[in-house]
Amino acid sequence: MINATLKELSAALAAKSVSSVELAGQYLDRIAALNPALNAFITVDAGKTLAEAAAADAARAAGQAGLLTGVPLAVKDIFCQQGWKTSCGSKMLDNFIAPYDAHVIERVRAAGLVTIGRTNMDEFAMGSANENSYYGAVKNPWDLAAIPGGSSGGSAAAVAARLAPAALGTDTGGSIRQPASHCGITGIKPTYGVVSRYGMVAFASSLDQGGPMAQTAEDCALLLNTMAGFDGRDSTSLERPTEDYTRELNNSLAGLKVGLPKEYFAAGLSADVARVVDAAVAELKKLGAEVVEVSLPNTELSIPAYYVIAPAEASSNLSRYDGVRYGHRAAQYKDLADMYEKSRAEGFGSEVKRRILVGTYVLSHGYYDAYYLKAQKVRRLIADDFKRAFEQCDVILGPVAPTAAFNIGEKSNDPVEMYLSDIYTLSVNLAGLPGMSVPAGFAANGRPIGLQIIGNYFSEAKMLNVAHQFQQVTDWHRQAPAL
Amino acid sequence: MSLTHQDVARIARLARIAVTDEEIAATGAQLNNIFGLIEKMQAVNTDGIEPMAHPQDVSLRLRDDVVTETDRREAFQAVAPQVAAGLFLVPKVIE
Repeated sequence: MINATLKELSAALAAKSVSSVELAGQYLDRIAALNPALNAFITVDAGKTLAEAAAADAARAAGQAGLLTGVPLAVKDIFCQQGWKTSCGSKMLDNFIAPYDAHVIERVRAAGLVTIGRTNMDEFAMGSANENSYYGAVKNPWDLAAIPGGSSGGSAAAVAARLAPAALGTDTGGSIRQPASHCGITGIKPTYGVVSRYGMVAFASSLDQGGPMAQTAEDCALLLNTMAGFDGRDSTSLERPTEDYTRELNNSLAGLKVGLPKEYFAAGLSADVARVVDAAVAELKKLGAEVVEVSLPNTELSIPAYYVIAPAEASSNLSRYDGVRYGHRAAQYKDLADMYEKSRAEGFGSEVKRRILVGTYVLSHGYYDAYYLKAQKVRRLIADDFKRAFEQCDVILGPVAPTAAFNIGEKSNDPVEMYLSDIYTLSVNLAGLPGMSVPAGFAANGRPIGLQIIGNYFSEAKMLNVAHQFQQVTDWHRQAPAL
Repeated sequence: MSLTHQDVARIARLARIAVTDEEIAATGAQLNNIFGLIEKMQAVNTDGIEPMAHPQDVSLRLRDDVVTETDRREAFQAVAPQVAAGLFLVPKVIE
């Protein structure tokens, strides 16, 4: 049962061949056995989990079960969830028990999903390796020497290690797709505005978006059905008709136009990743897809633009951590200013501080036009690149990251080196487009590699269709690490 | 451009983050590397390009001017470092 998909678990629960309490117990046992080595979870609370599972069983007995009622779900520690510690991977929020639910949490609670635990992450979602957590690095279940990717590294590792059948993640610059790729699971970042940001601890508000992570595209579609929806409390939530993201899963790919951006296959891409992406494209061709070359000429500019916009917005968002209303407060201080400065110096880790400083500088008097405004203009150029590309194709395919997962510690002393590894994911957030990662193979050293699918605005159902059809003829997504 | 130690200290003060002299030296070098990366953007011609703040370029909604929040002061103050009589406590600001 531990390798079962959400779809299969849903069927087993409906058939009453297993109860939600039994299922939760199985995953909790596995977490107890394997999490000490993986560090995928920050908080596990068997009492709370089993109470949620018992409530799900009771709902089922009363004939009120929905499709996902009773199914376990791991939650990234960025979503406020009433009664659960919501640390966001930071010492700053180590003592923060959320007093309310994020919109996404309201949705998954209403659907009857059972919280199996709260997953580890880079502090405030800032990182590409999950080494920036106050709670320590997460290990990649495929190779404990490797990073799991970040920032949703705990969520990806939990699903890959079968500590949970699915997880919630967030993606500001690749934080769902890159760990999904490095851990051999499926994850989708929806179009900006599709999933409410209410109650999701803010990093860079014009880029942040929540999304599902699971073994299969079909499971992601089911979970996205639960997560998506308008919410008036998020000022950028989009008012759109409700969609069924599973509706196109079984469509044929005959005639599908697949765009390959030539800039994604240039210098810097490792031979391993190039081989895996080429093979995936060949597989889709067999399914009837036609390949066209497209160009995204401003791809390289996504790195400077992102590393201005994200830190600028972060410096503003993280100004709320002042040691007054919640979060860490220093023990000793001489006055109010000293209290702010010491609380923040003690509460934030080094990467978060770096980004706050970069953001503070680019927004400071006299520099706004040269940095933030300039970056927003470059952002438009990047979005326009995609607009032109999507005139020629239905979806864009490419790598998620230049290499398979690197080793823990390999890049942690060089922020710039780390930032450069985000080259294929950042532009999707800057443009606000949906993007996903689908397991597509392995590097020579046995570490997983994902295929990135980028869609036009609101084309999640089409992307999930492509991924699902790919998963009907491949079994990369069903492979699990030996643990 | 290159940030001096004085610049880093000023930025840290603006950001309300206490930094030691050793941190200023280490952080300064890293920030200069990061700005080296960012400066690449300056070479691009963006004349006449409209800055992009929101992917859908939608105008922000206005909500009705009515009270929608319930009183949850107790729950919200339960996570505060220091409160008394329903107020958040901070060090004395005015002598």
